[in-house]
Formats: sequence, structure tokens, C-alpha cells
Amino acid sequence: MAKDKIAKPEELADGINYTPPKKDWFDPKVEFVRGRYNYASTPSGLEYLGLPNPRKWQPDQEDWKLPKDWQKIVLKGFKERLAKFRSFKIFMDICVRCGACADKCHFFLGSGDPKNMPVLRAELLRSVYRNDFTAFGRVLGKLAGGRELTVDVLKEWFYYFYQCTECRRCSVFCPYGIDTAEITMMARELLSLIGCTIDWITTPLANCYRTGNHLGIQPHGFKDSIEFALDDLYDLTGLKIEAPINKKGAEILFIVPSADYFANPHYFGFLGYLALFHEIGLDYTFSTYASEGGNFGLFHSHDMAKRLNAKMYAEAKRLKVKWLLGGECGHMWRVVHQYMDTMNGPADFLEEPISPITGTKFENAKSTKMVHICEFTSDLIYHNKIKLDPNRNNHWRVTFHDSCNPARGMGLLEEPRYILRSVCNNFYEMPEDTIREKTFCCGSGAGLGTDENLEMRLRGGFPRANAVKYVHDKHDVNLLTCICAIDKATLPALMDYWVPGVEVGAIHELVGNALVMEGEKRDTDFRGNRFIGPPEAQPKEGKENV
Amino acid sequence: MSIFYSLLAITVLILIPIVGVGGLGWRYLFGVIIPYAAFGLFIIGIIYRILLWAKVPVPFKITTTCGQQKSLPWIKNSKLEAPPNSFWTAMRMSSEVLFFRSLFRNSKAQLKPGPKLVYGSGILLWLGAICFHYSFLVILIRHFRFFIGPTSKFIEIVSGLDSFFQIGLPILYITDLVILIALTYLLLRRFLSPQLKYISLAADYFPLFLLLCIALSGTTMRYFTRIDIVAVKELGMGLAGFHPVIPDNLSLMFFIHIFLVSSLIAYFPFSKLMHMGGIFLSPTRNMANDNRKRRHINPWNPKVEVHTYEEYEDEFREVMKNAGLPLEKEE
Ligand code: HEM
Ligand code: SF4
Ligand code: SF4
Repeated sequence: MAKDKIAKPEELADGINYTPPKKDWFDPKVEFVRGRYNYASTPSGLEYLGLPNPRKWQPDQEDWKLPKDWQKIVLKGFKERLAKFRSFKIFMDICVRCGACADKCHFFLGSGDPKNMPVLRAELLRSVYRNDFTAFGRVLGKLAGGRELTVDVLKEWFYYFYQCTECRRCSVFCPYGIDTAEITMMARELLSLIGCTIDWITTPLANCYRTGNHLGIQPHGFKDSIEFALDDLYDLTGLKIEAPINKKGAEILFIVPSADYFANPHYFGFLGYLALFHEIGLDYTFSTYASEGGNFGLFHSHDMAKRLNAKMYAEAKRLKVKWLLGGECGHMWRVVHQYMDTMNGPADFLEEPISPITGTKFENAKSTKMVHICEFTSDLIYHNKIKLDPNRNNHWRVTFHDSCNPARGMGLLEEPRYILRSVCNNFYEMPEDTIREKTFCCGSGAGLGTDENLEMRLRGGFPRANAVKYVHDKHDVNLLTCICAIDKATLPALMDYWVPGVEVGAIHELVGNALVMEGEKRDTDFRGNRFIGPPEAQPKEGKENV
Repeated sequence: MSIFYSLLAITVLILIPIVGVGGLGWRYLFGVIIPYAAFGLFIIGIIYRILLWAKVPVPFKITTTCGQQKSLPWIKNSKLEAPPNSFWTAMRMSSEVLFFRSLFRNSKAQLKPGPKLVYGSGILLWLGAICFHYSFLVILIRHFRFFIGPTSKFIEIVSGLDSFFQIGLPILYITDLVILIALTYLLLRRFLSPQLKYISLAADYFPLFLLLCIALSGTTMRYFTRIDIVAVKELGMGLAGFHPVIPDNLSLMFFIHIFLVSSLIAYFPFSKLMHMGGIFLSPTRNMANDNRKRRHINPWNPKVEVHTYEEYEDEFREVMKNAGLPLEKEE
């Protein structure tokens, strides 16, 4: 494992230096250091999806086996995108290099590598833009900040655009809203035109395209996982619970990221959903064909995002449901909130979502017809439709990590907090500069959450971890909650490294713990921890909510 | 290197009128023809650039939300930071254009032993930017008195406020001082902060040098060499009325000043100064966060290949059947 070779936390932090070198940044040579980049796409996934230039190669090799006319392909793609995306064109043109974004990126803060300053990340592309698409650049070349697109520049693109998690934190601080995530998306599209993509993105893509989910779980496997979860729930609560799959005519199609039913600690949140829906008697169904909420297409290209996302509406139509409900997942919600309706709508065959339990009309989702589980659950709680015993989460001292996409690509900030305050007694916010719209990324989003990239992930996650450490030291926080599948998959390693003693959990895990179900018999949470009861019964005081 | 080239460019720009007017006496060229040409370039250039931007479609609504969305009625929507409709989007844009809202958030990260990341205030940049831009605006407004006949009430009020303290003779305009300080600050941070120095290009130093030289030549005329205002007005009104005359007693410093201004406006449309127009078109700021409520149309929405349910069932029919999952077609 790559992990063995990574320095101790203090040493790693000691090595971070925010002062850039004296020499200018124009030299594109990058060194592919193990632990800081992702492996290249294997040919099979690309072939299955019909994507360009499938071949065996690795980024640290000299020869990337590019097509002969790769430069032409990339520049042509560049030009096309400048004509198709106003965002791209404007962002290429108006940066004043004020530097406001420079120290806002977690990768810069965790690595000190100046090309991880969002402004410079964008300049990697912008320098080529100036050289090939502006009058000044064509005449003055380097003097106007232009660079020719060489193999080294291309390799530098690959290195740094797969060192951006498309988290959009920079865009919050930029006076013009320049969103480096958008620039990264363009760069990745250009790279994918000549087959320079990473395997952790394209293999899940191929899986998802074929089987309906990133993990490649086939329909019967999906059913097995659900049944497994129902058995677990039976053991935990003594209740026989059902969860329909591919059921036609159900009211709601429920879609979750596949990790929810296959990975820890997501799984405990999944149990939470199942318990909740059982308790309120929701008429819903899962789908095997649309068994993935996440969409790694977003990390590859707009077209791939659309190709995968199409399944949601297609399946909703086939199953004749009324509307869609979506689980806890970050980039899934970026796609659902900002792209789905535009890409694959209009969803005129669905109905405007109304909660069958409270009668609440989800006005904000009336066109897309998909509701976030936190909107749904907080509405239930607000209307007192479920019985909650927050004391059952007294063994947790909780903080909440805003996942980038729901925070900055949607504005879902209060709903999860409202739920948390209702289901647990000990909730503490991290420092203001690190939450809500200013939240720090887990460092592993946008397809970068691989083992081979672990050092870079730990660096990128450093600002987040450091804020967790603050509440861990101050309030004994021992549970980091979040509403994103990538967070749940990658934050545990981050915590182990920087803040041992903090576990990671879903919001709906705590909901499930606190949920008082009719006829249940249970004295442990979903992880098997005994409920410790109300504060009087505890050795420690601690009900100061923040 | 970029600093050197920018300085070189500025030096050349200063030498041109010195040679042209001081040496060769081409007063009409520098007083009339070049300003007209520069102004023409400015107008045409700006229109051209804006049209170029406007021509490009906005395929997706990619608002950056900096606050709570509008969702359930009992949750307080942060209207300015996640605008629910076009009215609040306009308010958000105004806060960006008038107050540099996003820049106001600026912080400064520092890594302390521990390791401990702390975020200090970065408000100085905002302050410098606001001081510079508003001084620039006020100075621009004050200059209109050279171009229109009897001074308007509005210009009088602005100038009156600007000389509020009534110090010095001629009375000091506060903005003259502020713009010099602000520009010096903006320039110094590019020299002194290693991060900024690293990201700065010639195209970043040059406009600052240019603006600083314009401000310096302007203030020199006003406070030290004492330009003949009547002559300047004669020229200005002549230019504005399209019957240009060149009065005799305009100093060389004046010609340097208007040549630099001409350079600035000619350079404007082709440089980063176009952020003035771009900020209005930035898709992360100028759209509402109502994505799920109002469908956004992509004019070039592509047809893509998808894996249909039928294809999926064909491939997995056997296992689905064995698992007892419902099927569309049994065969
Ligand atoms: C709608 C009008 C405008 C808005 C909203 C605006 C906004 C901004 C903002 C937010 C910055 C970044 C902060 C900074 O670096 O100072 C900036 C920079 C700058 N603006 Fe403007 N601006 C406008 C018009 C202009 C005009 C007319 C000029 C004049 C020539 C100008 C010249 C500059 C310069 C030179 C910089 C860069 C400062 C530096 O390099 O440090 N701006 N502007
Ligand atoms: S904050 Fe915006 S304008 Fe300033 S350097 Fe970054 S991207 Fe450029
Ligand atoms: S989007 Fe996030 S990761 Fe990418 S440059 Fe901006 S702050 Fe860094």
C-alpha cells in the first residue's frame, strides 16, 4: 500500500510552504510522483463506452501514445467549447489575477504547490488560450503570457486538472465568480478527446452505463444487498421491513449512490432510510436499472454526465412513478440540481412532488421533480410526523461537514442541520471559515479518491481535517457527519491520518438511530453501540448545543 | 521580467508625446487625432467584445450558491447569496458590482505550528480595490466638466464632496490622494507578496503602471505645474462637439497625460480591464438558484447515446428472472 510511504502528519505539514519559487511558472515540466496522481484509464472501459484512444499507458511513462494529430484535436475541441460555453469564454477572458482565490483551494493549502492555486490552475489553460486564440498572444507570445501546447503542457494539464476536485470553493471568493471547477471540467473534456483520462473515472462509468451503478453490481446482486440490509434491520430492531425493487406504479422512485448499499459507513445511513420509509409507510421503489445516484460522468464530460443521468427519468417513466427522491450524495445532487432537467428534461410525465405524509408541496422542485432526502426528512420532522429520541445518539458528539456540491451548487445548508439538531443532543459546528459555502472539500472528490493518489488526498483533505481537529480537541467530537458518498468513502482514511478517534457517518444514520419505531425492540445503534440513555445517566455533562 | 517589460512599455508611452509634441510639435495629432482614434477603438472594441461574449450560449445554469437555497417555507432563504428569482439575482449582481461582495469575503490562510490552519482577515484587498475603483469613478465624473459647457449640478455636487476638507490651494480632491495610495498599494502587493508576484503577468503590471502614471501626470498638472483650465476646456468641448481646436497654452505635461489616457482607453477592450463588462455576464453570479423550479434550456442540447432499459433487460433477463425481479418481457 502506498500509505506506508507517506510521511507522518507532522512531517507532512512541516513540509508545506506557501511561498512559491523565485522562477516563473512557465516551464511546464511536471514529475509524476507516486501517491500524487491517478492511474490511467484501462482500454476496456473506454472501448465499451466508445471513447477515444483506448490503449495501455501510464502517466509516469515517457510516451503517452497520443494520436498523431493530438494537438489539432485538442485545439479544435478548445475552440468548439469556447463557442459553446459562455462560462468558459468569460472565465478565459476576465481574470485580473487579483489572487483572492489563491489560498482558498484545499490542494494549495495542503501541498503548497503554487500551480494548485486556482488562478494558476486556470492559467495553465489560459496560457494556451492566449497563445492560440487572442491577438495579443499570437503577436507577443510568452510576453503576453502565452504558451504553446506541447506534450509537457499537456502532461501538466493532466497532473493539475486531476488535482482539482471541482469543489467550487475558489468561485465563492472570486470577485467575478470565476469557477475553476468549470475550467477543470473543460480541461478534462479536452484531455478525454485524446484518451488522457483516469481509470477511477472511466471504469465506474463503463460499469454504470452497463449495469446501472458504478460498482458494476448486477440486478440480482442489487437485490441481495437490499435483502441483506433488511435482514440486518430485522436483527437490530426485530421488525420485518420491506423494500420494493422495480415496482411499477409506486409513488416515488428512490435513488441513492451505490456506495450506500455496498460500503461502510454509508450503509448505516442506508439502514436509516429503510427504517424511516418503513415507519412512515412510504410507497416507493428502488430500481436496478437506475441503481446509481452518483454520476462520474460529471468528472469526465458533459456528454457522459448526460448519458448516465438519462436513466433516472427513463426509469421514472417506465415505472410510472409520480416523482423522484434522492439520497445523500454530493455530485449526484450537483447533476440533479443544475443539469438533469436541462440535459434530460422536461419531466412532464411526472407530477410536482408532494410529500404523501405531510402534504407539503416541494415548490422548489416543481420542474425537475426530484427532492433531496434531507428536504424530505426535515419536512417530516418539522411537521412532527416521526417520533425521535435524540438521547439515542448521546454516544456521539457530532459535527457536520458540508459537502461541496450541495453547499455551493445547490445551497442545501440548513436542512441537514435542522435534522441533526432534532436527532442528536451534541452538535458542534466547525469554525466559520470551513463550513457552509466556505466548506473545505474532503480532498478526494471528482474521481480522485483512489489508493494510488492517497498522499494527494491527505494533503487536499488537510484543511477539512484540521477544522475537525479543532472541534475534536475543543468538544470531544467523535463523529463527522456528511451527506455525500465520496465523503463517506474517503473521510475515514483522512480522519485516521490527521484526527484519529473521529468516525464518519451519514445524517440518516443518526435519524435511523433516533427514530422510535412502532413495535421495535432495540438497544443498540446501527453499528451495534449500546444506547447510553439520557444525559442524567451519563458520566459526562454536555448538552451545550452550538 | 514582466515588470521590466511593463516599465519599458510605459517609458515608451511617455517618450512618444515628449518627442511628438515637445520635439516635433505635432499638437493636433496628439490633442485631437489620437484621442479620437483611441475613443473610437474603445467604443468599437467594447461593443465587439461584449457581442463576442453574448453570442456564446449559456448551456447550463451553474449558479454558485453562497447561502441557503429557497426550499421549505419555514427555512430562511438567503436571498442575496442564493437568489430565488431574477429580482434577487439583480440584487446579487448589484452587490458584486457596487460593493465587490465576493471580494469582501477574502481571507488569508496561515499555517501555524501544530499544525494549525488559521484564516485571518484579507480585507485589505477589498479596501484597496474599492478605494481605487470609486476614486477612479469620481475622477472620471469630475472630468466631464472639461467636456460639457456650463458644469452640471451633479458634477458640482460630486466635486464639492470630493473637496470636502477644503485643504490646500488648489483645493485638494480627496480622490486624487486616495487613488494614488490605492494604486500604490495594488502595485506593491504584486511586488511584495511572493504568491502574487508569482501569478502576475506583464498584463497585470502594465495597467497599474499606466493608471499610476495617468494619476501622477494629472495631479502634477493640478497641484504643481498649474495647467490653464480654460485652455483644457476649450480643447475638451471642441472634441466633444466635433469641432476640435488646439489652444496654444497647453503644457507638455498635459499632452503626456492625454496620450496616456488615450493609450488606456485604446488598450481597455483588449485587456483584462474588460472585467468591467465580463462581471455582468458571469454565469455563476448572474443566474438565479431556481434550477429545479424553472427548467433552463440548452440551445445545443446534444443527442447522446444511452443504454436503454430494453438493452439492459435483454442483457440481464436471465439473472433478473432467477432473482424474481419483475420483467418487461419474459423472453
Ligand atoms: C463595473 C465596473 C467595475 C467593476 C465591478 C470592477 C471590479 C473589480 C474588481 C472586483 C477587481 C479585483 C480587485 C483588485 O484587484 O483590485 C478589479 C481589479 C481591477 N480593476 Fe476593476 N472594476 C470595474 C471597472 C474598472 C475600470 C473602468 C477600470 C479602469 C481602468 C478598472 C481597473 C482595474 C484594475 C487595473 C484592476 C486590477 C488591480 C490589480 O491589478 O491589483 N476596473 N476590478
Ligand atoms: S479570484 Fe478570480 S479574478 Fe482573482 S485571481 Fe482568482 S480567478 Fe482571477
Ligand atoms: S474547484 Fe476546488 S479544487 Fe478546484 S481549484 Fe477551485 S478550490 Fe481548488
